[in-house]
Formats: sequence, structure tokens, C-alpha cells
Amino acid sequence: MKHLCRYCIATLFAVWLGNAHALDATALQNLAMGDNDARITAIETLVAAGDVAALPVLQALQDGALQATPTGRLLIVTEAGVTDAVTNQPLAHAPEDASRITINNRVRRALEAALAAFKLFSSDSAKRLEAAQQLAEGDPVLLPLVKKALASERNPTVHNALELAHSGMELKSDDPQQRLAAVQTLGNSAQEATKNRLLVLLEKDGAGQFAEPDAKVRAAAEKAIAAIEQRLKVAEYAGHVFTGISLGSILLLAALGLAIVYGLMGVINMAHGELLMIGAYATYVVQNLFKTYLPQHLDLYLIAAVPVAFGVAALVGMALERGVIRHLYGRPLETLLATWGISLILIQLMRTMFGAQNVEVANPSWMTGGVTVLGSLVLPYNRIVIIVFAMLVLCLVWLALTHTRLGLHVRAVTQNRSMADCMGIPTGRTDMLAFGLGAGVAGLGGCAMSQIGNVGPELGQGYIVDSFMVVVLGGVGQIAGTVYAALGLGVMNKFLEPYWGAVLAKIMLLVFIILFIQKRPQGLFAAKGRTVEG
Amino acid sequence: MKAELTTSGIDGIDGNEITGLAHVAMPGTLDLSHGTVLYLDAITVSFDGFRALNELSLTVDAGELRCIIGPNGAGKTTLMDVITGKTRPDSGTAYFGQTLDLTRLNEHEIARTGIGRKFQKPTVFEHHTVFENLELAIKVDKGIWASLFWRLGAEQKDRIAATLDLIGLSALAGREAGTLSHGQKQWLEIGMLLAQEPKLLLLDEPVAGMTDAERERTAELFTSLAGEHSLIVVEHDMEFVTSIARKVTVLHEGRVLAEGAMEHVQNNEQVIEVYLGR
Amino acid sequence: MMIERLSQLYGAKGWLAIAIFLALVCVLMPVLYLAVPEDSPFHVSAWLITLLGKIMCYALLALAMDLVWGYAGILSLGHGLFFALGGYALGMYLMRMIGRESESGSDLPDFMVFLDWKELPWYWAGTDQFWYCALLIVLAPGLLALVFGYFAFRSRIKGVYFSIITQALTFAAMLLFFRNDTGFGGNNGFTDFKRILGFSLADPATKATLFIASGVALILALLLCRYIVTSKLGRVLTAIRDTESRVRFCGYNPLPYKLFAWTLSAMLCGIAGALYVPQVGIINPSEMSPANSIEIAIWTAVGGRGTLVGPIIGAALVNGAKSWFTVAFPEYWLYFLGLLFILVTLFLPQGMMGLAQRLRSKRNTHES
Repeated sequence: MKHLCRYCIATLFAVWLGNAHALDATALQNLAMGDNDARITAIETLVAAGDVAALPVLQALQDGALQATPTGRLLIVTEAGVTDAVTNQPLAHAPEDASRITINNRVRRALEAALAAFKLFSSDSAKRLEAAQQLAEGDPVLLPLVKKALASERNPTVHNALELAHSGMELKSDDPQQRLAAVQTLGNSAQEATKNRLLVLLEKDGAGQFAEPDAKVRAAAEKAIAAIEQRLKVAEYAGHVFTGISLGSILLLAALGLAIVYGLMGVINMAHGELLMIGAYATYVVQNLFKTYLPQHLDLYLIAAVPVAFGVAALVGMALERGVIRHLYGRPLETLLATWGISLILIQLMRTMFGAQNVEVANPSWMTGGVTVLGSLVLPYNRIVIIVFAMLVLCLVWLALTHTRLGLHVRAVTQNRSMADCMGIPTGRTDMLAFGLGAGVAGLGGCAMSQIGNVGPELGQGYIVDSFMVVVLGGVGQIAGTVYAALGLGVMNKFLEPYWGAVLAKIMLLVFIILFIQKRPQGLFAAKGRTVEG
Repeated sequence: MKAELTTSGIDGIDGNEITGLAHVAMPGTLDLSHGTVLYLDAITVSFDGFRALNELSLTVDAGELRCIIGPNGAGKTTLMDVITGKTRPDSGTAYFGQTLDLTRLNEHEIARTGIGRKFQKPTVFEHHTVFENLELAIKVDKGIWASLFWRLGAEQKDRIAATLDLIGLSALAGREAGTLSHGQKQWLEIGMLLAQEPKLLLLDEPVAGMTDAERERTAELFTSLAGEHSLIVVEHDMEFVTSIARKVTVLHEGRVLAEGAMEHVQNNEQVIEVYLGR
Repeated sequence: MMIERLSQLYGAKGWLAIAIFLALVCVLMPVLYLAVPEDSPFHVSAWLITLLGKIMCYALLALAMDLVWGYAGILSLGHGLFFALGGYALGMYLMRMIGRESESGSDLPDFMVFLDWKELPWYWAGTDQFWYCALLIVLAPGLLALVFGYFAFRSRIKGVYFSIITQALTFAAMLLFFRNDTGFGGNNGFTDFKRILGFSLADPATKATLFIASGVALILALLLCRYIVTSKLGRVLTAIRDTESRVRFCGYNPLPYKLFAWTLSAMLCGIAGALYVPQVGIINPSEMSPANSIEIAIWTAVGGRGTLVGPIIGAALVNGAKSWFTVAFPEYWLYFLGLLFILVTLFLPQGMMGLAQRLRSKRNTHES
């Protein structure tokens, strides 16, 4: 079956190129009758001709389906039937004197390279790209094929890769002019491998001779290397910025709920990390439900998990507020301790319910993989989705705080609790709902985290210090401050990491925060005002 | 001059004591030779664009009892904050006597030079006894080692006893201050202020929550203190102000609207407009 | 005069209690452990001696916490760091004393041999001298606390802000000590100690001595703290806790007062850590985890803040419960601890001492 498919595809290529019967007869003859050396030459000739019609023949040779008669007639014999390899005509049965062509490893290697080169004509652009990239180190024998592919290639990414492959091959040319052109083209690359290939030209051998004899080419190579390095650096920085923003979005999701709750009630909720964890576990449960009941829609589980994570975390948060935190208003240090107690209980509860081990939450298929930019930088889809998700959540929270009745109440209570109380705002209800909102946002954060990290009972503990730092840096009750602080810390972290290592980078950031609040004790965005002395 | 003051103000926010001390005389060297105890010039304080004090200038003579009145939000409390070092002015100069630049000192340094402050809401140490409150206030070395090895001497005991007598809390000396009534707390705070032996007393609504008899006693006390001390009293109670005031300053929107004797101020058209009412 | 002042620290009952405690710790328990044969029902096992010694170190830690939290109103969530620093300081000495008896047989501590280090890092210099490490035990946590406290208090960081920054501090230190390159044994920390001041740590007499030292240190620290909180300095501290601005306007600079209590507290933690490590036989970075530090706060809260004796009792109760729970119902310990946090803050804000006082005053009113 598999084989059949392959032949169909090969045949399609042949039809697409429209010249099925112009294969080099001598080469075919050699393939059928010659020794191994002759066969290798034959394969190279077929490839050099760049005729895709040779593909089925070569494929059959690799699969051991190619048979030859003593007269040199080539036949492709499969379960599906027998065809004449040259004319492509079906035969009723194979001639009795036909025998299978056996090949040794040397031939097999040449054959593999040739087949890879023919992938340049696949209808799947990803396959073409792969082939082109493989050919960057390819044998110059394949050059005509690459040229041919280059002429017909429409996809810019593949075209680019082909050009690099083409130049790579031309580097081996004897003509300095051609080598110079090749070096210049290679200078457009943004890949480490290309840079290394060019570096080889500048190396000296034992006798003090440059690998590249022509000084002009060497100068061009140096220039090209500098250009590539420049591009690599840009890609590296862009990579830091991207991973930094990605980390920042996660910090934002972790800290946003905390900022709402802390800004509103002055409550340090040490169980906030566990609300993240609950969101992540809710996602896990939804995934499992989909696996059991709706396996055909498994890819959609994440979309269903978002509201579930929000709802579950919000409910837990509201229960905590009503049950414990409400009784501790005005005693922030006690609240801190009590919420720590809550977090211990929640952690142990998850251990009891789901086990102490991490549970498996898989990305939906549409979130796997990534997009390549700037030549070498891969941006994973799951990170992109999380950045977008974080921005979306931010917008919704902002809308909720500025355009709803709850938001109005929340802002009133934040500014002056007793006055709000006098105005008839139900402060108790507002506290509960705001706490629920903060907890729900944490749940969303947990849902997002389940897509990039481990989900386990200790998930929340890992984020709690970071998210507090975001709130401290951002300032009390300032959503804008939280956003800047989260993104700023994320990006700074990723820029420091390559130089200091992850641990030292983190320590540097903590030191930075401690020094920062020397100058601005109220955080980045603090409301100044006449202090009311009590 | 202005620029320099602004930077020092920013430094001062994080309590940079060293620069402050390098430029001023040490506490206790208050110089009243020119007869002025407090000199404020062009003080501006703004919060998020709102000007709580707007180029305010004010001079108080040594031994004077000055009353400050004005509607809510006129900047009275901010003025006190500036004098006591709690708020740094954005610009302007503030001198205590001839030599002490208040914009360069911290709260505790200003307190040690001889400025005492009573808050609008009485603030005493609620978990300490009345006696301990006064003990903490009396004028002694307030450094940490002195406190660690502190023994109450006969002289200080007498001082505390005298103060207790003056504020009428002798019988309650052993009571926790938190259990006192509002009026008693007011008295205790005034007592703590006196125990500090300040040269200048800032009193923010000192008679709020007091009975008529207590008001009278307070008025008497303040009048007797004037001369030896200088007093600035912020009050809303016009009757009380009239009973003690020799000179009144009216604040409005962060600047001085009028200043002078009570009758003079009471007849000022603008003052009637914004504060006293017709 | 000093003697008089000291004698006034506690009443007759208080001194009696201290004397009984000292008699128990210095005489009775060591005798029951060392002199009474193992098959006797009165014999005290090495396990119990170690457990009680450990708990006394924790009690010292809780006492140090009470000095800053109960009296100065500063809730530290980083006291585990100071404890661990004291432990590491003595641990360095103990590591050096292993000498060539280590697995690798090298002069260097094993973990350095595994890292392929050829010589001691500069900051290990002098650690083979006991007196130097004894200084480090108080100086390392003390200096860190002094510097950190100076910056924090100077910018008037207080309340929960201060608490979470101390938490970040201990968290950062934990990350730092987890690194192998930091030079403190990474993940595994220090262990496999052999001897202290030439005495084998496996020797029961050494164990008993460390046990006695812990008890004596605890009592001395209690008296020191009591001296401080009953002095005017103590009253200034509580005044700062209640109304810091009033204290300023009275002419006190709160900074040195807070810094004094904070730094002294950190030093006491260091001593507690140094006594803890040779008894338990290991020190590693997990001692710096934020969870450990916050647990100290609950010992203090259970016993009753601002009472000095309360936290000692609290540390004993909670840790006694912990060693029972983790054997009998390991999976329920966190539920219990979590509930303790919640219930104590909700219903027992003054802790056991407050409860006892309330019961006493109730009885008094009934009687009169």
C-alpha cells in the first residue's frame, strides 16, 4: 500500500513535468547491466539531467523492485503489477529471464542522495524546504537538479534555501568568479552552519595555504561572515525579546489577579500560587474528560478548559474570601499567615486527589510546532498563543474594572472603603466578587501554564515569589504598573540569563528590585497624595 | 538656589541624613537672635499636579501664639507636614530660627531641635501606660544605647509627675493609654508635647472632643505657654480661636489669604467669602 | 546595679521555672541519657536527646522571631536564611574537621573533589579555626541583616511589603546555595561530619554537651531579650510597632532601633543554626526555603507574640506535633499545619499565652 502511494506520487511528478520518456538510455543501460561503479555513474547522470521521470526508477531500485533482463530491459515489479520502467507501460507479467538488481552500500548512498535531491520537486513545500536544507552540504553533482528546482520554485522560503544550497555547491567550483558569486549569496544567510562553511574557506592548511586560494573570494567571505554574524545577533536579540515577553506574559497572568486583590484589600494572598495550580489542574481534568468522552474533538479541549479554569479558581477564591480572609481585614500580616495555611492545605489536597507526581497535559496539535523567523529563530506556537492570551485577559480585566458596575464598586472601595460603605456600595459583596475575579484570572494563568510547563502540586510555589516581585515593582493597585513590571522583569531576565546563568540572573533581579524600591518605595506607578495620619 | 533645594528635597525623600547634617547646626543650637522662630518662604507642594501649598510664605515671631484657620483642603495639615519634615516641599525655603534649614532635616531631627507636633487625631502609644508615654517623650538622649541602659532618675520622675499634674492624669498614670477617653488622649498628647520641652508647638485641632471646661483650661494653658514657647494652633472652633488668638492667619487654596488681628481678619471681605460665611 | 536590674527581669516564679528548666536540661536529661543503662525504663534514647536538642534550637529561632515580630512589628519571612547561614558557618568548620577521613581521602571537602577543584575558595580561608567560624556564626547573618535592614528600613518599607521582600531574599539565597559553583556543596550541602573541637560527634558525651549548650543558649537568649524588651529600648520598639510616626515626632530615629532588633534577631538565628547542625548532622539549602521561614512565624503565633516565653512553648508544641505526625500520619501533617495557620490567626491572635491570660482573668472575675 505504502509503495503504491509512492509510485502514484512519483507518476504524478512525471505527468506534472510532462516529459516522461526522455531518460538517458545509456544511463539506464548501465543501471541494468553495469557493475556498481557504472551504476553510480548512471545514477549521477540521471540526477544531473534533472529529469523527474527518473524518480520512479530510482525509487524502485532502492526498494528492490527494479528488475532487469539480460538484454537490458528494465522492469518495475511490485505487488500491484509489472510496468516497463522506460516506457511506463503496464505488462501482463514479468519476462522469465528478468532478475532483481542488487546493490551494495556505496550505490545505496548515491541513491539516497539522489532521491533526496528529487524531493526538491515534492508538492509539499515543507518537504522541499527540508530537501533544500539537506543539499546545503550536497555533492556538486546534484547542481543541475538544484538549478532546475530554483527556476521553478515559487515559495520564497524554499527559494531562499535553494539559493543557499546552490551557492554551497558552487563554492566547490573551480572558477573563482563562480565561487565569488556563491560567497556573496551565502552572505544573505542567517544560519550558523553557513557561517561555519564560510569560515572553512579562511582556514590555512598545514603548509600555510588558505583553503580558498583566491584573495578576492576570501575578502568577500570575510564580509559575508560579518553580515551573517550581524544577522545572527539580531536574531539572538529578537529571541531574547520574544522569550522575555513570553515569560513576562506568564508573570503577568500570575501577578494580575494578585494585583487586583492586593490593590483592593491590601491582602497578600499567599495562596494565590495555588489558585494558579487549581487552574492548571482544571485544565488537566477537562483534557481527560475530552479524552474519555469526546476523543474526536480532543484538540478543542483547551477552549473548553479556559472557562472551566476561570470558574473553578474563582469559586475557590470566593469561598476563601468568605470563609477566612474576610475575618482578617485590617490585619495584613495575619492574613498573610492564614492564606499560607490555605496554600498548604490546597497543595496537600491536590496530592491526595491527583498524586504527588506531575500530571500530563498535552498541547493541542494546533499549538505544537512553531514559526521560523529571521532565518534561525523558531517561535513556538504555544508561546505565541500564551502571549496573545495574556493580552486578551489583560484587556478583559481592564474592561471589567473600567466598564462594569463591579469595576466601579471595586475602584470606589479601593480608594475609600468607609466612604464607599456609606454610599451604599455593598463592600462585602464587592470584596467577594473582586477576590473571585482575581482568583479566576489566576485560574486562567494556571490554564496557560499547563501548556508550557509541568503541572504538579508545587506549580504555584514556583511562581509566588516572582509574582509578588511583579506586584512590588509595579506598585499597589496599578494594573499598568503590573503590566510594565511583568514584561520588564521577563525581558530583563531573559537578557541577563545568557551572561549570568538562570540562577544568578534571578538573584540579580531580586537585588535590582530591592535597590529600586530604595528610590521608589511605592513601586513604579504609585499614587502620591497627602498621607492620612492615623 | 531653587534648583539646589529641589535636589536636596529629592535626596531627602529617602532620608539622606548625612548631607543634611553636614550643612546645618547640630540640634539644640536654635538661634532666635532676630526674634523670628519660623520663616517660610514661597513653599510649594504638589501632589499629582494638585498644589496643596502654593508659594506660601509665613513668618512666626518667637513667643507668639498664632492661629491658623481655613476651609478644608486649604493646606493646613500639609503646612504642618512641611514644618515637621514629613513632606518635602517641591520648592521654597523653611527655616527654624536663623540657622536650621527644615527642608534638610528628618522628622526626628526636627523634633530634637525643638518642634513638637500634635496630630489632628490624638496619637499616643496605646499599648503603653500614661506614665510610659510621658517617659518616652521627655527630653533626654534619644539614641539607641542611651535607651538600652536608661534608668529613670529623680529629676525626670519629678518632671513627669509635674506634667501629669498639669494635664490632670496623675490618677491614671498606670492606665494603658488605649483605654483613655478621647479628651484624655488629647491631654496626654499635649502632655507628651510639653515633656519634649519644644520651642515651637504645632497643634492640630487640639480641642476637638473636649468639654467646655476642658477647652477653657486648654485656652489658659496655651496663653500661659506663649512667650516662653511659640505656638501654632490650627483650629476650626472659632470661639476657641477668638479666646486665645492675638494674630490669625487664614489659608485658602494653599496660600495665605489674610493675616492680622482677629477683628481685622473677621472683617476681611475675601475671608468672609471663602470661610466665615455671611 | 546591673545585678539588681537582672534580678528584676523575672519574678520569683519565673526564676524558679528557669532554674527547673536548666536542671532538667543540664543535669537530669544528660544523666538519664548517659548514666542510666539502656534497658532501664528511665533511659533516655539518643533519638530523644537529638529531637529535644533540635526543638530547643527551633525555640531559640522562635524567640528571635518574637523579638522582631512581637515587639517591633516586623514580620520576617526570611529568618530561615539567617538560621541556615549560622549552620553553614559552623558546617564549614565541621567539613574541614573531616580531613582525610572523607570518602575521597583528600584534604578538600568531598564535594570540591567531585567538582575537580584543586584548592579551597578564598572565602573558606580560616574555616579550620573554630574561633573564626564561631565569629562567622553571628557575623554572617548579622552583617547580611544589617545591610539588608539598613536599606529596607531607610526607605521605610514595612508591613507585608517588608515580609515579602524578606521572603524573596531567602528564596534568592536558596537558589544561590543550590548552585554547585557557589562552593557550599550545592544540593547536598554539608554532611558526614566527624568531630567538633576534637570530640567525635558520634560520642554520646558530645551529644549531651551539644544538648546542654542548646538549652543554656536558649535561656541566655531569653534573658537577653527580656532585658531588652523591659528596657526603654523595648518600649521604643513597641511604640514604633504601634505608631511609628509619633515616635519620630518624639525625636527618636526609628532606623537604628529597628536595625538593632533586626540584626540581633538574625544573630540569634545564626547561633540557633550553629547549634542545630552538629546535632542533626546535615545542612543544605532547603533550610532556606520560604516555607521553612514562614513556619517559624506560626510557632511564634501559636505560643503568643510579644511574650518571649510563648514562642518557645509554641516551637516546642508545633515541632513535637510535627515529629509525631510525620511518623503516624505523614499525609495529614500539611493539613494539620495549614489548619493551625488558619485557626490560630482567626481565633487565637494572642496565642497560647493570650489564651492562658484570658482564662486566668476570667477565673479572677469569677472569684471576686
